[in-house]
Amino acid sequence: MDIIYLAKLARLKLTDAEKERFSNQLGTIIKYIEKLNELDTQNVEPTAHVLGLNNIFRDDRATEPLTDHDLINDSPASSKGHYEVPKII
Amino acid sequence: MYRITIMQARELLQSKKLSAVELTQAVFGRIDSVEEKVKAFAHLMRDKAMQQAQAADARINKGEEQPLLGIPIALKDLICTSGSRTTCSSKILDQFIAPYNATVVNRLQAAGAVIVGKTNMDEFAMGSSNENSSLHPTKNPWALDRVPGGSSGGSAAAVAAHECIAALGSDTGGSIRQPAGFCGVTGLKPTYGRVSRFGLVAFASSLDQIGPITKSVADAAILMNVIGGKDQQDSTSADVPMPDFIQALNQDVKGMKLGIPKEYFTGGIQPEVEKAVQDGIRTLESLGMQTVEVSLPHLDYAVAAYYIIACAEASTNLSRYDGVKYGYRTNNSDNLANMYENTREEGFGEEVKRRIILGTFVLSSGYYDAYYLKGQKVRTLIKQDFENALEKCDVIAAPVTPYPAFKIGEKLDDPLQMYLADIYTISANLAGIPAMSIPCGFVGRENLPVGLQLMGKHFDEANLITVGQNFQQATNFHIQEAPV
Repeated sequence: MDIIYLAKLARLKLTDAEKERFSNQLGTIIKYIEKLNELDTQNVEPTAHVLGLNNIFRDDRATEPLTDHDLINDSPASSKGHYEVPKII
Repeated sequence: MYRITIMQARELLQSKKLSAVELTQAVFGRIDSVEEKVKAFAHLMRDKAMQQAQAADARINKGEEQPLLGIPIALKDLICTSGSRTTCSSKILDQFIAPYNATVVNRLQAAGAVIVGKTNMDEFAMGSSNENSSLHPTKNPWALDRVPGGSSGGSAAAVAAHECIAALGSDTGGSIRQPAGFCGVTGLKPTYGRVSRFGLVAFASSLDQIGPITKSVADAAILMNVIGGKDQQDSTSADVPMPDFIQALNQDVKGMKLGIPKEYFTGGIQPEVEKAVQDGIRTLESLGMQTVEVSLPHLDYAVAAYYIIACAEASTNLSRYDGVKYGYRTNNSDNLANMYENTREEGFGEEVKRRIILGTFVLSSGYYDAYYLKGQKVRTLIKQDFENALEKCDVIAAPVTPYPAFKIGEKLDDPLQMYLADIYTISANLAGIPAMSIPCGFVGRENLPVGLQLMGKHFDEANLITVGQNFQQATNFHIQEAPV
């Protein structure tokens, strides 16, 4: 397991100590998980969702939405009704 | 006063022998005297609760009857409450105030409940001991050097210590039942889809369910009547009929079939725990239930399949915490990329990061089929095991955990051992079936509670409630008091 690559995918800046500890612990966990390979699942369908739902519709009725103000208020940085982030380019 | 159940409180409130304000004050008095030891709460909502209690008294005086009118209830701190913090016991949501109520909160409030506060939990519900809270570990009211279980450990400890009359928790892999078992209270994980998840902060969306943690099965029935049922805000909430769960309390168990899965009684279970569970099964037999042996052959694979699926879903669900829209943002960044990375590094605790990495791994290119797809296929096998077993019986009886509450710190350095603490509870989430933990005995020198787990068919919480109620009428384990 390439912990540095995975941390990058997950947008986590791990410390060196975490990288080493997680590598060891996750190695043990993945070895344990591999016991699933004892099972023949060639002809088994995967289950993503137990109720097998699809296309759930609700009544087409207007309700009171949350306002921009309600939402922007929770932001750690905003200005003039917009989210503020550090420079991108 | 604070030791009463919802059922008892309703009677006292409706007959005006007790006011909602008096009851709420008594509960806060109890919190003031024991919370320092138990640490069940993430934060209290004292002022709002007193206002709600006054409003409840006014409604009672007008003759109004509502199922929870004036009853002090605690909520696990991942259930959104408009205008009060919802932290998930995480630094990343430390100051987060949801702009709306979870559907269950709206339903509790419509039913007249008084919300006393939000209970501590393992961060983002990831853990089995409450030690993963970024705030403080909660202590088990039966033995303060032991864990209350997790991740709804705060809710279970608060109920056991009488710091509320009842509580809500959430259960993704055992997070209601395992702490209920460790704390000697009743915990019900409803069928996936029975209770709306709208406003429940997501951990693993295909597994999460909100459910009651109470002093009795009867109280769980009252809460289920209030919180259950289709919600248009949650497209995965099921549009199936809601029975009256209070009616289920009056049914007899004579002639009902109780399935005993042999796989749950081999291997790692402690002999004393096994004896308490077996004694519980004998009690149900003496009440007229007929036991049949059933098999759940894939039990041994449940933890592995669960950690693949739960971590995969968690890694995607938790990608929303990026320091932009809400929650914590690092002070230490000069561009967008390192703002994301530092915010998440500083905001998430160790277990959350470990699971995000594991989830990212099983979903990553080249590993998806070998891990994630494999896990989903094994999930199918586990679901089929339950379908087959529940054709032969009405309810399955099993242990909740292989051992009673363990010592604080005991499993902290070994994540895999911690994961294996959930071996008996995880399957019900993978299969989506309802499952309940009720107290069935006490073990060891410290008199630690043991839970009996009852599992049923999809949307058949009523049978669990019937069996649990008959058990509690014949036994007194559930009315034993934690020494705190």
